[in-house]
Amino acid sequence: MDDLIVEFLTETNESLAAIDIQLVNLEQNPNDMNLLGSIFRLMHTIKGTCGFLGLPRLETCAHRAENVMGRFRDGSLQVTPAYVTLIFESIDRIKYILGELEANGKEPEGSDADLIEKLDAVYEGRDTAQAPAPAEPAASAEPIDPLQALWDATPGPVGDPFAPGGAGLAAIEAEKALDSGAAAAAAQAAPAPAPVAEAPKPAPVAAAPKPAEDHTAKESAVANQTLRVNVDVLENLMTMVSELVLTRNQLLQIQRTAKGGEFGAPLQRLNHVVSDLQEGVMKTRMQPIGAAWSKLPRIIRDLSNELGKKIELVMEGEETELDRQVLELIKDPLTHMVRNSGDHGIEKPAERAAAGKAEQGKIWLRAFHEGGHIIIQIKDDGKGLNTDRIKQKAVEKGIATAEQLAAMTNKQIHMYIFDAGFSTAEKITSVSGRGVGMDVVRTNIEKIGGTIDLHSEEGKGSTFTIKIPLTLAIVSALIVEVAGERYAIPQLAVQELVLGSEKGENRIEYINGTPVFRLRNHLLPLVTLQKLLKLPDSVPADDVARNASGNRYIVVTKVGDYVFGIIVDRVFDTEEIVVKPLARILQSIELFSGNTILGDGSVIMILDPAGVAKATGEIKVAGADAAKAAAEAQETAREGARTSLLLFTAGDGMPKAVPLALVARLEDVDTKKIEHSGDKMLVQYRGGLMPLLKFSEDMEMHTTLPQPTLVFSDGTRSMGLMVTEIIDIIEDVINVQINSDRPGFLGSSIIRNKATDIIDVGSYLKTAYKDWFKDHGEEDFDREDMKRLRRVLLVDDSPFFRNMLSPLLSVAGYDVTTAENPIRALELQEKGKEFDVIISDIEMPEMSGYEFVEKVRKQQGAWQATPMVALTSHATKNDIERGMALGFTRYVAKFDRDTLLTTLSQTLAEQRNAEKVA
Amino acid sequence: MSLTGEVTKFQKRRAGEVDEGPQTTEYLSITIGNQMFGIPVMQVQDVLRQQNVTRVPLSPPEVAGALNLRGRIVTAINVRCRLGMEDLPAGSKTMAVVVEHEGELYSLIIDRVGDVLSLPNRSFESVPPTLDGVWREIATGIYRLDSQLLVIADISRLLRHSMH
Repeated sequence: MDDLIVEFLTETNESLAAIDIQLVNLEQNPNDMNLLGSIFRLMHTIKGTCGFLGLPRLETCAHRAENVMGRFRDGSLQVTPAYVTLIFESIDRIKYILGELEANGKEPEGSDADLIEKLDAVYEGRDTAQAPAPAEPAASAEPIDPLQALWDATPGPVGDPFAPGGAGLAAIEAEKALDSGAAAAAAQAAPAPAPVAEAPKPAPVAAAPKPAEDHTAKESAVANQTLRVNVDVLENLMTMVSELVLTRNQLLQIQRTAKGGEFGAPLQRLNHVVSDLQEGVMKTRMQPIGAAWSKLPRIIRDLSNELGKKIELVMEGEETELDRQVLELIKDPLTHMVRNSGDHGIEKPAERAAAGKAEQGKIWLRAFHEGGHIIIQIKDDGKGLNTDRIKQKAVEKGIATAEQLAAMTNKQIHMYIFDAGFSTAEKITSVSGRGVGMDVVRTNIEKIGGTIDLHSEEGKGSTFTIKIPLTLAIVSALIVEVAGERYAIPQLAVQELVLGSEKGENRIEYINGTPVFRLRNHLLPLVTLQKLLKLPDSVPADDVARNASGNRYIVVTKVGDYVFGIIVDRVFDTEEIVVKPLARILQSIELFSGNTILGDGSVIMILDPAGVAKATGEIKVAGADAAKAAAEAQETAREGARTSLLLFTAGDGMPKAVPLALVARLEDVDTKKIEHSGDKMLVQYRGGLMPLLKFSEDMEMHTTLPQPTLVFSDGTRSMGLMVTEIIDIIEDVINVQINSDRPGFLGSSIIRNKATDIIDVGSYLKTAYKDWFKDHGEEDFDREDMKRLRRVLLVDDSPFFRNMLSPLLSVAGYDVTTAENPIRALELQEKGKEFDVIISDIEMPEMSGYEFVEKVRKQQGAWQATPMVALTSHATKNDIERGMALGFTRYVAKFDRDTLLTTLSQTLAEQRNAEKVA
Repeated sequence: MSLTGEVTKFQKRRAGEVDEGPQTTEYLSITIGNQMFGIPVMQVQDVLRQQNVTRVPLSPPEVAGALNLRGRIVTAINVRCRLGMEDLPAGSKTMAVVVEHEGELYSLIIDRVGDVLSLPNRSFESVPPTLDGVWREIATGIYRLDSQLLVIADISRLLRHSMH
């Protein structure tokens, strides 16, 4: 059976099991839109996948059922038990077809016209059920004739299990299952008619489970053979096994030094068991490389058609297994390379014939194990690389001079194709040459500690050889010592070890104090690890003699194209190590990529060769480094915008988040102590009354348990927002992806991989304390000029308001800077910062908004003409006049979100017009 | 007041793990120099004698190194350094308290570990505003014990500074 079908079966069986449960729930809560949505999505997924796999019968069933679900969802049809039965019926039919598909590898013959007619009737509103009488639908929702169901469930001539295309073993097992299924079905045949007889009475629910039972015995054999396990569970298992391996190594080491003793035999046994266990656990992470190749035949086929070439793809070693993490990472590079071979390597049939080759070109894809590595070869018998063309291009690009190229071997020249922006394709086809170059391929492979090599002969073809480690979890590392401390260097980066000395033939020489070494006609730049790590210059006692002779160990290391030597005091063995991430506090140290525990139990730091190269001044490492650095810079820039968020749920199940800084306290409010004043809820809190709000109208209050409440407060005023449950506090970047028009929400963001609503505290405050806000006439204003990121300076002494307003303004598309008082703000001016608009509070302890605006307007500074908006909670006519006279452009009431935003855009537009006039 | 702590308390309360009787919290008393500190005993995973640590070059000054605790790598923090106090003379015996912070283990190197004290929740004094910056940052309250003053230290704040 096709792998895709097997995967589809596993997945669909899971989805169906989920639907079963959810449908029963739906019947009980017909108005649960979440539940409806989720069932609808599951059905939709099944439909989509069936269509993709070319399973028309399944697709039709799922499609029609989805139609009906769609009507539930848009509310035009009430969920009644009769309809749920109908959906169950469709699901049973889908299950039946799936069962046949699993047994025979194809959909069974037959028609679903009866079912489809019923579904369509409901969908189009032709069924009687949509008349008000609820008892009526029983007739239309009648499950299929019990005999028919039994017929469906009985194996009958299901086809020869050994028929071509049917997976032998699975088919037999499925047949066994069917046999028992038949028995079960036969046993149920007797009771089955009973509910049917009653069916005309309003008891269609009773009939519902029946068809399901008919099919339960047919539980998927495929689904039972595989078990889906969360990757985290496997990762965790892997970590623990790694620990076990380390402990075993430790024990063995003790045993070796102690010699003899009664522990010898059991230790050996433990040794074997642990090895097997390790292998077994590693296997759970392994997947055949064929999974990454499955798309390639199709790609080559399309490519042949498109380019008018004849290409045969030969794949060997599809069953070679490798770590799934590695597999994911090499998938795209491999696809790209095979495509390249077809596009650039293989010639057109006429060309091939002229060159005396067979018209059909061949691409070989081979994978095999070799010494702890996976080797993947991509070989074609095409025209090979055009050395002259690469030379020409290299000169054009200024990568190398003609003289340099003349001294190079063909192979060295060929390696240029891995350089960034180096494409020799004369014309860009739709297939390749679209930006993703061989440089990206190389970067991706090197990222997982692999290497790529190339051999090409003009006119005969090219071979790419990729060598990648089996797994990323365990790496081989060279243990070295510097100033009495040991460090691990990943073996993959180590090219060779050289013994240098202070004098004599293998001399380390110095240029202006910088050590270099002559290594086979090349000058090798050297770094002293002890200096790099700023370790004391002490020399271990037992090494005094060695150092007196002036011998120094040089670890020749290669990062991308950059080869350099690391000087260390001593070199020990290589050891297999399990890389553990650094503690957060140490992650900023670029020289280390992780740490690990050695066999003797000591902790050791793992050097990051790329970090060492970077620290020693080699900026351009592997070409892609600049991009990486840029990405990192961006990362750090965003790091600054990390916000602590309080996660909670309320009302619907969707997680909600609020910036933690806005929350003053978390309280449990005893629901019995809540007092009502008019339609408001109040609670006595810290000697005063605090207004309480439910998060949403439909939120259910706890009756026995106290209600978790978020308390927001500013100065003397507090309000409580009652929620259903407080989940956690996390630190994340608020990256609002969907802005919200709903009151009370700023928008949605992805937090912990879940869509999370960011709530707008302001709108709740507004509801709780109407008197906090004084409306100024709202002017309609278009926000077209907000598209450009405008810089806003927000000056307010209250951290609450700053925290409140800055996300709000960010969401509206402004670039926000905050200052806690005018003095800070003026410091920003001195630093030369410029803003498009300044928003300032009026009442601030150090300096009032009036003084601030006066200073800004009087000073001959960059801000003199910057519009300033006053933000205030008390604004009498006099106040406004005074502020305007001093230089404020506008006045806005605190927390009047809409007016603030309109005012800002209006002010900015005016400013722009003024600039135009000027 | 630590909101993170509040949330944990919250979840416990909601899960029905309500503390019955008088509201008290247990603190492990530790001594650094002449000062006694209290850290919530629930946060303490382990108490260690002096351990060999692997130095981590280029790390922040308060990081004493890394050590292996039953297969997990623990970062050792020199609390004296963190609090801006002089190091003990070389050769002095120290102890360490292992705490978990944001999923990672830290070993806080201190002078001595004392008793576990059960203290009523509502009777601690606020931190004098005149205290030195770092101390004020990490202290959440002061208890007046009969013989001396006990500073309640907030572990997450103690470590957060190091994270920048």
